[in-house]
Amino acid sequence: MSPALMRVLRVVVLLSAVRGAPLATVTLPPVILEPVPLEPVAPVPVPSEPVRVDSGADQNISIPINTEQQQQQQQQQQQVSLDVDVMLTGELNPNHYPARRAAQVVLHHLNTRYGSPYWWGALRQVHKATAEALGDSGRKYSLEVTLQDQISGTKETCTAEVVFPGGPAGGPPQVTTSYEGKSEINTQAQEEALYNQYNTSQNLLSGHNLPDSYGHVAPGMEPFWHLGGVASSFVMLKESSENTLYNMAQVVSVTQLATENNQLRFNYDVLLHEMVSQEIIHWKLLASWSPQEGVKASQMELLPKCHHCEPPQEH
Amino acid sequence: MGVCVCVCVCVCVCVCVCVLMCVCVNGCVCVCVCACVRACVRVFTRHQVLRISAKDELQLSALRDLEALDHLQLDIWIGVRDVSTPVDIRVPAFSLSTVKSHLDYYEIQYSIMIRDLQVALDEEAEEMDAATRDVEPRNTDAFDYSRYHTIEEARNQPFSTGGTSRPAIWLDTGIHSREWVTQASGTWFAKNIVDTYGKDQVLTAILDKMDIFLEIVTNPDGFAYTHSKNRMWRKTRKPNPGSSCVGVDPNRNWDAGFGGAGASSSPCSETYRGPSANSESEVKAIVDFVKSHGNMKAFVSIHAYSQMLLFPYGFTKSPARDHGELNELAKKAITNLASLYGTRYRYGSIINTIYQASGGTIDWTYDQGIKYSYTFELRDTGRYGFILPANQILPTAKETWLALMTIMDHSSRNSY
Repeated sequence: MSPALMRVLRVVVLLSAVRGAPLATVTLPPVILEPVPLEPVAPVPVPSEPVRVDSGADQNISIPINTEQQQQQQQQQQQVSLDVDVMLTGELNPNHYPARRAAQVVLHHLNTRYGSPYWWGALRQVHKATAEALGDSGRKYSLEVTLQDQISGTKETCTAEVVFPGGPAGGPPQVTTSYEGKSEINTQAQEEALYNQYNTSQNLLSGHNLPDSYGHVAPGMEPFWHLGGVASSFVMLKESSENTLYNMAQVVSVTQLATENNQLRFNYDVLLHEMVSQEIIHWKLLASWSPQEGVKASQMELLPKCHHCEPPQEH
Repeated sequence: MGVCVCVCVCVCVCVCVCVLMCVCVNGCVCVCVCACVRACVRVFTRHQVLRISAKDELQLSALRDLEALDHLQLDIWIGVRDVSTPVDIRVPAFSLSTVKSHLDYYEIQYSIMIRDLQVALDEEAEEMDAATRDVEPRNTDAFDYSRYHTIEEARNQPFSTGGTSRPAIWLDTGIHSREWVTQASGTWFAKNIVDTYGKDQVLTAILDKMDIFLEIVTNPDGFAYTHSKNRMWRKTRKPNPGSSCVGVDPNRNWDAGFGGAGASSSPCSETYRGPSANSESEVKAIVDFVKSHGNMKAFVSIHAYSQMLLFPYGFTKSPARDHGELNELAKKAITNLASLYGTRYRYGSIINTIYQASGGTIDWTYDQGIKYSYTFELRDTGRYGFILPANQILPTAKETWLALMTIMDHSSRNSY
């Protein structure tokens, strides 16, 4: 075989796992290759994932499940068919997903209220969680959580209530918390400096792929990555339910617009990762910010999932 | 040094590079690094591989336009980068005239590297068959690492333990292609095993008793796609008949609760289970290997992100028979993991800790009788998510290794 062929030819190596079988090549049923038209695809809604009964019995941080509880659990499970949508009430295991999803909603809420290019909160731990049914009004979670600023690492504990509205109309969750604001005020100087630097009609900022495929963000762009995360929380908050868990996966692009009403303004294109469906969901939004007013998001628009699209080229 | 039984379960549909590294110690470490380009055609008759040299930006741009035309079903082997790097493209027979006209129009130079790919593949297969009939080398020094080997050749080496396979541990990374820290960690695991065998007592004891199989790029087509086209690609890259959407979620394609809630029946979904269990070659290859090996004692499938250590089940709330032991072992493992950098992990069954998922890998392996079946979700918890910075690869790999050692050590000491 010619070296040229070896260099370019990538050879099928399928080693049959059956003892003694000779090298086999894979054959597939014939696939008819037809031109595939690039049709526009409607937005893929996040599928609703039924919430399952939580055994609640195993505290998976310290206490292993004992056999009696296990037997009880097994009996319970046998009565629950896969199609039954049973929501848990009462004391929840803080490390299981129902409590975690509700807690994530709290963080999205806090980011909309307190987030900035220099403060971006994340959920660190859920300490306690309970849930109750509110009849037609929906379901309410009561939580005690520790949140952490992803930039400085500072942690705070607070309590919160999350109400997921009931009924077919749904609607965004409603959140109240005991959190009173960032205990450290030293972000103020950084915020003022950033604001002054970009409060201009010349040389408007633009960037893309924050972080890039390799997790890299240029130091000067980090505040705009954080700002994108905070602004995305407006979307993630309103899109959240008991069947979702959102994180911002990447800022695809950020483009500064002229300052208006003393607010810096940026058009953002972001990718959100929804954990339950594992979908990457593309949103556009307009973020406005000033140190006084904090972050606001508007003109939020879901972009359709494009099956043939590629993200912008890396630079 | 003895010789190993190594099986590379790197499988793509058609065209694949499988680098097989056999580290021959008393135990066996088989490392597969696979890179595939999926073409999904039955035969490559009259397909040509063209090497194209663009001489300026205009020509490069014309080439990119060509690449974007999905209906031509071009298979890019070496993609468009710059004017000094040639582009290699496999062109199906029906697209040849279109492609060549396009190239001629832009006066782009090209040469035909392979005139008929099927002929070339047939010739190579023949050559490999012929080679297996040659006299087999009697020791590893004569073992030809530059050639692809069949399973028989490897097994007939003098080292053979004879009879059934030694108890073994399976590790895989990269089954979901966008989870890059996993493939990177897998590579480090391989190196670490090679470096520390004979020095680390615990590892040496494990390998003296058991074999370790490590598949690093378990979804090679997806991985290639995350590099070339879409960093966030998760699934395989197999086209779905009747749909414009590509790919199946390889972690919903296993025969455990297949068809139930916790996976999607839509080809456009990221959790599409596929038309049937084991429809994906990446999955089937592992299934076949595990079944025929017959002596797998631990099976760990590694994902990212969320920082969790999970055990069966995902498809049902019924606790696994060994829930207690698996839970305790998980707790030990994540405690050891945290000892290095303080990284906090949660642990528990899949269905309790993260979500209901049907057709998952470790549900199947567990129901095959592989008790120590675990899934990891590595760093981080959402700040970077899938695009974890490279400076976190080594810390992630090293801390995860402590958890893996806990599981492997326990498996080694607790035979069943």
